[in-house]
Amino acid sequence: MSKLIETRGLTKQYPGVLALDHVDFDLEPGEVHVLFGENGAGKSTLISMLAGANTPSEGTIHLDGEKVAFDSVGQAQAKGIYTVFQEFSLIPTLTVAQNIFLGWELRRGPFLDHRAMRKRARGMLEELGFDIDPSAIVAHLSRAQQQMVEITKAFHGDLKVLILDEPTASLTDREVDHLFDFVASLKARGVGIVYISHRIQEFARIAERVTVLRDGAVIGTVAMSDTNDDALIEMMTGRSFDQIYPAIARTEGEEILKVSGLTAPGIKAASFNVRRGEVLGVAGLVGSGKSRLFRAVMGLTPVLSGTVSFQGTDITGSATRDIIMGGMYYLSPDRKAEGLDLAKTARDNLSVNIVAGARNTGGSPFIRWRGVNTRTDEISDHVELHPGYRNKPVSQLSGGNQQKVLFGKCFGQEADLIIFDEPTVGVDMGTRAALYLLIKQLAEAGKAIVVISSDLPEAMNISHRLLVLAHGRISAELSGDDMTEDQVLKYFFDETGATQ
Amino acid sequence: MTSAAATSSFPGLIRKIFVRVGVLPFFLLGALVVFTLLSPKFLTGQNLVNVMRQSVYLVLVSLGQMLVLISGGFDLSVGTAIALTSVVSATAMVFLAGIFPDAIWLVILLGAFAGFAAAACVGLLNGIGVAYFDVSPFIMTLGVSSLAGGAALFLTGGVPVSGLPFAFADIFGFGRLWGVPVPVIVAVICIAAMWIFMSRTALGTQVYAVGGNIKAAHLSAINTKRTLMMAYVICALIASLTGLLLTARVESGEANLGGTIALESIAACVIAGVSLRGGIGRVENVVLGGFFIVLVQNGMNLAQISSYMQMVLLGALLILAVIFDQLRYRMIMSGS
Repeated sequence: MSKLIETRGLTKQYPGVLALDHVDFDLEPGEVHVLFGENGAGKSTLISMLAGANTPSEGTIHLDGEKVAFDSVGQAQAKGIYTVFQEFSLIPTLTVAQNIFLGWELRRGPFLDHRAMRKRARGMLEELGFDIDPSAIVAHLSRAQQQMVEITKAFHGDLKVLILDEPTASLTDREVDHLFDFVASLKARGVGIVYISHRIQEFARIAERVTVLRDGAVIGTVAMSDTNDDALIEMMTGRSFDQIYPAIARTEGEEILKVSGLTAPGIKAASFNVRRGEVLGVAGLVGSGKSRLFRAVMGLTPVLSGTVSFQGTDITGSATRDIIMGGMYYLSPDRKAEGLDLAKTARDNLSVNIVAGARNTGGSPFIRWRGVNTRTDEISDHVELHPGYRNKPVSQLSGGNQQKVLFGKCFGQEADLIIFDEPTVGVDMGTRAALYLLIKQLAEAGKAIVVISSDLPEAMNISHRLLVLAHGRISAELSGDDMTEDQVLKYFFDETGATQ
Repeated sequence: MTSAAATSSFPGLIRKIFVRVGVLPFFLLGALVVFTLLSPKFLTGQNLVNVMRQSVYLVLVSLGQMLVLISGGFDLSVGTAIALTSVVSATAMVFLAGIFPDAIWLVILLGAFAGFAAAACVGLLNGIGVAYFDVSPFIMTLGVSSLAGGAALFLTGGVPVSGLPFAFADIFGFGRLWGVPVPVIVAVICIAAMWIFMSRTALGTQVYAVGGNIKAAHLSAINTKRTLMMAYVICALIASLTGLLLTARVESGEANLGGTIALESIAACVIAGVSLRGGIGRVENVVLGGFFIVLVQNGMNLAQISSYMQMVLLGALLILAVIFDQLRYRMIMSGS
C-alpha cells in the first residue's frame, strides 16, 4: 500500500533555532501514528507544516505519492488534511452550525440558508456520534464538546488525514473512550491519523506506530508492538528519570498557608495546608480547577466562602498585591500573556519586582539603579541566565530562558511561599533540570513551594505531597508510597463531586 | 559577530538608531533640510529660539500624553482640560479680584488652584473609567473631552473671560527671569521632574510595567488601577498647567484653547518613539518630539503653506510615524 503522507528531509530554520532537522516521517492509510516528544521537540512545527500553517525551509511533503506545498491551512484542507489544534479555531460567539459551516456556507440564492446548515450540521454530528445541539452557542459548550465541534468541521471534504494535537488533554475518561471509538471508526474508513499526546498509556490502545522527536530530530520510529513505556521515555528524554528530577530533602517546618473550605469560581470546599520546607504538588486534568484554586488563594478570583490564612494572618479576599507583599508569589503558566513584558529586556523584567513590587523600598522614593542592577545580576547568575541574554528583549529568548526570567521574578520579590503554575511548559530538558534544581534550593532553604502541573511525572517526582483535583474538588491528598501513577490517575477521574 | 559586522555598516547603523530611538532623528534631519531649502529665514538662531519658546506648550502637554501612552492608553481630552482650566481659573480670578482687590497674589494662586481642581476632575473621570470600569481609553477620553469641552463653553456662554489681574499675564505670559521667558522655566522644571519621575522612582517604573503587560504587572504586586489613575490625573494636571500659561499668554479665559493639541501631542510622542502599545517611551525624546512638531509648523508657515494644508500634512506625518512605530516594534520583538 502506498504511503498517505511522506516527508523527506523536512527542515525548519528559525533565526537562531533549528526547530526541525531533516525529518523523515510517513503515515499509512488506516493507521494512527503517534508523535511523541518533549515540549519544544518539534512536534508542533512538524504538524504545522503538514497542516499548511507553516512552510518548510527545506525538504518536501508528499501526499499520495504526489509532491505538495501548502501556502495556507485552507489549501491543506482542500487536499483532505485536517488538523484539530489545541487552540481551537472556533468563534465562541457563533452557534455550532455556524462554526461548522464557516467558510463552507450553504446558500439559497445570494442569502445564507441557515435552516439547511442547521439540518446538515445535525446530521454530521449524529453520524459522528456527538450529542450536541447545532443551535447552541459555542462559548456555552464544555471544552470536550468544543473539540467535537472542531472535529466535525473536518468532515466537509474528502478527509484523508486527521491530525489531532493533544486531543485528550482536557477530556474525562468517558469522553476519551468515546474519542477512541471514533478514531477506530475513522481508521476503518482508511483515514490516516497523526496523533500528538504526552499520555503514554493511551498509545497501546490506539496507535500502530510511534515516532519520537527530540531537539527537532527524529530519534526513531517504532511499532507499538515492539516497544514499552520505559523505552519510549528514554528515547524522548535521552536520559532516565533520576537524572532530571533531583531528590529534594524534606524538612517539615511550620505551617505557612492554611486553606479551609475554600469555595470560589470553579472550586468547591477545598481544604489543605502548605508547610515551609516542603514541595506540595497539585495535579489534575485541564479544567479540574488546580490552577483556579490557587488563583483564588492569590486573590485573582473572588473567594465565595471559606478562609485563607497565610503566616497566621487571615488574607481571605485580600487584594493580590497585598498578598504578594505579604510574601506569597504566583508564577503564571502563561509567561507571554501574564508573566513577562515581552518587548522589555530580561533585566527590565526583573527590575519590576525589585523596584516596583519590592517589599522593602527602603523608605526613599528614589531608585538607586546601581543597587538594582547588582541585584538583577545576582538573580540572573542564580537562575543561570547567560549574560548575553540579559539585555535582549525577552521575546527573542527561547522558552527555557524566558522561564528562567520568570523564575527570577520570584527571587526579586523575596517570597516565602512560591506557587509555580506549570513551571516547565515549553521548556527543553536541560533547562528543566536547572529549574528543578532552583525549586530544590528554595525548598531546602525553608521556603514553601507549590508546583501545579499537568505533567504527571513532574508532579509526582518533584513533590513531597500531592493534591489531586477533579471537577473543582480535592479528590485526594497523596504522599509517600501512595503517590503512584495508578492512584493519581484514579483520582483524576473521580466523579463523586461531578456535576452532571 | 554578525551583529557587530552589521552595525558597523551604514544601513546597520541606521537600523540600530531606528530601533533605539525611533523615527525622530530621521524626521528631524529631513525637516531641517527641506525647510532650509524652502526658506532662508528658517535656519537662523533667532527663528530657532522662537520655535523653542513656542514649543513650550506642546512639549508640556506631550509629557503628560507620554505618561498615559506608556501606561497603555491615550488621552484625547488634554485639549479640553486646557480649555476648562482656562475658563475656570479666569472666572475664579475675575470673581476673587472683585472680593480681594489688594491681595493679587492670593487671587492668582486661588484661581490657579481652581483651574487645577477642574482639570483634576477631568483626569479622575478618565482614570476611573479606564482603570475601574475597563472602558477603552479611546471612548472614555473622547466622551470626557466632549463633557469637559461642553462644560467650558457652558460656563462662559462661549464668550472669553476678560479682566484678569494684570500681574498674571505680565509674569506668566510675557515675564522673564534672568532673561529667560517664564513659560520656558516652567517647562524646564517639568521636564526635569518628569525625567526623574520616570527613570528614578518606583512609581515611574510601575507605569512602564503596567503599559508593557498589565497582567504581569498585577502579578508583580503592582497596584495597576492606581497606576493608571495616576497617569491620567498627572496628564490632566500637566495639561492644566499648560492651560494656565496659555491663559496668561492670551490674557483671557477661552473655551477654545487647545483645540488641536490632543492630536499634536500624540503625534509628538509617537514620532519620539513612544509606543502606542504602551510600555516604551523616553522623556528626553518626547521633548524633542514636541519641538519637532512646532518646528515643522514654523517651517510650513515660513514656506507659506496654508493652514488647511498644514492640517493635511500633520495628519499624514502622524500616520507615517505610527507605521514606523509598528515596524520598530516588530524589529524589537524579533531581534534586528
